[in-house]
Amino acid sequence: MSIPRRKDLLSIAPLADEEIELVLSNAAQFKALFRRRVKKVPTLRGRHVLTLFYEPSTRTLSSFEIAASRLSADVTHFSVSTSSVVKGESILDTVETLESMQVDCIIVRHSASGVASLIARHSRASVINAGDGWHAHPTQALLDAFTLREIWPDLSGRRILIVGDLLHSRVARSTSTIFHRLGAEVAVLGPGTLIPDTRWDWLRKFRTFDEALHWQPDVIYLLRIQNERLGDDPFFPSLGEYHRHYGVTDERFARIAGEGLYLMHPGPVNRGVELVDAVMSYDRCLINQQVENGIAIRMACLHWLQPATSSS
Amino acid sequence: MPDPVADSQLLLDADGVQAAVGRLADAVADRHPETWPVFIGIERRGVPLARRVAAELARRQPGRGAPPVGSLDISLYRDDLAALVTVPRLRGSQIDFDVDGAEVVLFDDVLYTGRTIRAALDELADFGRPARVELAVLLDRGCRELPIQADFVGLRHSTRPGDYVRVRFAETDGADAVMVGQKEAVR
Repeated sequence: MSIPRRKDLLSIAPLADEEIELVLSNAAQFKALFRRRVKKVPTLRGRHVLTLFYEPSTRTLSSFEIAASRLSADVTHFSVSTSSVVKGESILDTVETLESMQVDCIIVRHSASGVASLIARHSRASVINAGDGWHAHPTQALLDAFTLREIWPDLSGRRILIVGDLLHSRVARSTSTIFHRLGAEVAVLGPGTLIPDTRWDWLRKFRTFDEALHWQPDVIYLLRIQNERLGDDPFFPSLGEYHRHYGVTDERFARIAGEGLYLMHPGPVNRGVELVDAVMSYDRCLINQQVENGIAIRMACLHWLQPATSSS
Repeated sequence: MPDPVADSQLLLDADGVQAAVGRLADAVADRHPETWPVFIGIERRGVPLARRVAAELARRQPGRGAPPVGSLDISLYRDDLAALVTVPRLRGSQIDFDVDGAEVVLFDDVLYTGRTIRAALDELADFGRPARVELAVLLDRGCRELPIQADFVGLRHSTRPGDYVRVRFAETDGADAVMVGQKEAVR
């Protein structure tokens, strides 16, 4: 079956099941390129990808840059802090500037929800949301799904426990959505102050790590404590306290490793907060696979999208 | 699925396809009397063609074994991605042997504009530097847009640009056949 190409990738929710399946399937073929002598293909030669990051990011930004360059696209980083944004240029003024530069795809990250869709509505170029506020981070969700699909081709009935700050996490929102769409059972664990009230009746909520482990999850997905997003509000007393209640401590790690559970984390890791050092060398810790798979998923997304046809 | 062209005609039936495969095997054997070249089929229907010819050679000359067969998915090397309205499902390339210094025979079902072969040569170059590359096709229908010719041809049949030509193999489509139809028939 053929899937029409899409202009933008803003969140997981509007995607058809067939679109998710196609991206996951194509990503496997892009990943196979990494084992070749020449890892680069000429697919997007002559196309221009622009990264527009209003928030700092090293991993996601490099991942998109590598993905674009392995597809032979030209990549420009529109450095926001040094641009006229600091001089008060509005987002739409910036978009107008980018339109004049005739780029084909804009990768956007912003601290406010909805900025990527705002840009998408005003731009001929394809827009990929690389994280907007607390809202969505669709390529993270796709790479997480891809990573688990490598272990289990069918996620039906698999249990995934997401631990941490769900309130401020676009990762949690996008990733739990895709896991649920693919048939997994999803539960969350975190401080009461950081668990949002959702209308998702499929989302199970736990109060303690013991309760959550008793549920017998197959995967524990640790979210990063985002100090930069917490501000001055004391959602929990201290990082040490967080670690004791919601972190993978040495004691919990022994149990997790004993039961052979998989561990995921979107990175970057706060060692000693979400997890202890020993986890990083655990053979069922999928963090490095997530990074590698992120490049393959982003290649599949760049290959999938198509800018609006020029009206001129 | 109903045939998209009502008055398309059968150019080769199953016996005709098998005879064309036999002609390709003869031609490859004549050109390579000492060692078999490696075979690389272009997805999709170049792959079953390459396997058929390889099996035919092994049957005729059991002492030499069968040539190794790989596959090439040229989707990422096409020159028309921007024009595609649907996303191609990638099949991936599978070449489990070293192509550096190898004699390679590329296989495709139909040779038409030559653009697929151009893309295949580009992709092959990213796998290594073969000593020589030859091209084998089941059907050469003419209408070239690039200076590319086949070394081994199962059947030549002139068509016009836009005419309907379909090769079917039992492996991919349930039965062997080559169908052709006039451009006017497509409405």
